[in-house]
Amino acid sequence: MRNTWIICRRELSAYFTSPVAYVFIVIFLALAGGLTFFFGNWLERGQADLQVFFIYHPYLYLFLIPAVGMRLWAEERKSGTMEFLMTLPISTGQAVIGKFVAAWIFAGIALLLTFPIWVTVNFLGNPDNGVIVTAYVGSWLMAGGFLALSASVSALTKNQVVAFVLAAVLGFVFLMSGVEIVQAFFRAWAPPKFVDSVAELSFLTNFGDLSQGVIDVRDILFFASVIGVALFINTAIVEIKKSA
Amino acid sequence: MDRLLEINGLTKKFGPITAVDNISFSVDRGEVLGFLGPNGAGKSTTMKMATGYLSPTSGNITVCGSDVRRNPIEIKRRIGYLPEGAPLYGDMTPHSLLNFVSDVRKLSREDRRRGIEQAVESLHLERVLHQPIETLSKGYKRRVGLAQAIIHDPDVLVLDEPTDGLDPNQKHEVRELLDRMSSTKAIIISTHILEEVDAVCSRAIIISQGRIVADQMPSQLEERSRFHNAVGIRITPDNAEKCMSILHDISEVRSVEQVIQSSGLSELVAFPHNGGDIIGPVRSALDQNGLMVDEMFVEKGRLEDVFRNLTIGGAPNESGDDTGGVGVQEVANHA
Ligand SMILES: Nc1ncnc2c1ncn2[C@@H]1O[C@H](COP(=O)(O)OP(=O)(O)OP(=O)(O)O)[C@@H](O)[C@H]1O
Ligand SMILES: [Mg+2]
Repeated sequence: MRNTWIICRRELSAYFTSPVAYVFIVIFLALAGGLTFFFGNWLERGQADLQVFFIYHPYLYLFLIPAVGMRLWAEERKSGTMEFLMTLPISTGQAVIGKFVAAWIFAGIALLLTFPIWVTVNFLGNPDNGVIVTAYVGSWLMAGGFLALSASVSALTKNQVVAFVLAAVLGFVFLMSGVEIVQAFFRAWAPPKFVDSVAELSFLTNFGDLSQGVIDVRDILFFASVIGVALFINTAIVEIKKSA
Repeated sequence: MDRLLEINGLTKKFGPITAVDNISFSVDRGEVLGFLGPNGAGKSTTMKMATGYLSPTSGNITVCGSDVRRNPIEIKRRIGYLPEGAPLYGDMTPHSLLNFVSDVRKLSREDRRRGIEQAVESLHLERVLHQPIETLSKGYKRRVGLAQAIIHDPDVLVLDEPTDGLDPNQKHEVRELLDRMSSTKAIIISTHILEEVDAVCSRAIIISQGRIVADQMPSQLEERSRFHNAVGIRITPDNAEKCMSILHDISEVRSVEQVIQSSGLSELVAFPHNGGDIIGPVRSALDQNGLMVDEMFVEKGRLEDVFRNLTIGGAPNESGDDTGGVGVQEVANHA
């Protein structure tokens, strides 16, 4: 636990000593805001909620989270610091979780920095703030899901570009498995039970309820399990790759 | 004697490549073991396994009595390790890196203060303490790598080319540091600088193609050189010819070579039979002939020469543990 926190702290300070963090945050905020105002016609809708803000988050994360996650292990392997890190008295699991949590906190900070839109909606009307908080938490959980996938993929390669592309593709699979086209594809040949369970794996489906303020334990469990399983695989990949 | 590191039948294969091939040795407290061998011999691979980074294909490693595979965290606590090329987080400063390592190593407030203070002082890091590591020169990076390896006063110190890239003053200081620490630790260093072996190591292992081809004290290794007890003579070129023929006529001298011509003097080397002592006969022969030499000295033996003989020419002998004078005989006579 203590080691995990030490790793996490180091990683977090690394984010903020490099310009990457600031670039990421600015782009995230610009895109999140831009999509909401221009594509979501947020102001014209005349409704005091953040539906159109959250609706774009899955797509934003699809590309932006791999950009955060790609360096987690790929960079460590490329620069050789993995050897330094893994010969310190810490377990692989502690390193994996520490790095993940740092990146997740970083994503959380970017998300929190969208608070002006929340302030605005409260200024203009009377939104249900409970719904908004739930949606924020759901969004952060989903970011964690994308991030855990990106982190494990990042452990597969020394090349950050490869890590980015693989993570985006993997994220896309998880994102889209609930969409009608994909469902139709499976429905053509697979039993209905299977089709349903594919839909269950979808980030979109699971984020859908949360983003509308519906707290469904299954959605929360879903993202928690994606994170857990992905980090478990991440640990295994790191172990295998370092011993090879 | 305290056996701090023991390696038994260690083998590492990378697919078809056998990087380390059935290596066994041990290091006691108080020893400084020099790890020598040509590029790609398997020095770094052995160190990576000893420090618990790579898993061996087969064989056992015991550090301070614990098995590396069974207690990886425990042994990592007891080891200080400088990996090849000193990879460190470039975004950190030496100050933050040393604190990070002290945190991970759970040093008490007092140990941390002393550990960092001593490491910074003995490696002269004061000037760069708050500069990002990625902007440091190669030598300073190496020194930060060394500092993080010693702050917790480990029992076992594994240093992969610790003096690579250091200036002569720093090399000297690092050797002194190793010397100071050696009595309480087991130290392994790999190096391509053979003089370093003489300067700091109490024992040297030469590996070639993944196998140990020699495991001896530096002085014993030197004795395996054809230069061991050879007599070097510097003389004016006019007299070189004459001197050469005098040396040839001494029965104890096996052969004579003209090595180089430097600063206007000729240098001759007279080799003995089987490393025997020939300085007496040589001196009296020269005296009898009234030949003045500018300089005369006895060679201890040249590690470089031993190294070359042991590591050039394909795989080492099948017989493995060759303690005889490999290579000395066949190379000796082409004068
Ligand atoms: N990850 C790896 N995958 C495949 N082969 C490897 C790997 N690491 C090392 N090797 C091979 O193992 C052999 C030993 O390499 P090692 O780095 O141990 O040599 P070394 O003695 O440290 O050499 P140097 O003096 O150049 O540092 C080399 O042939 C190298 O190519
Ligand atoms: Mg090496």
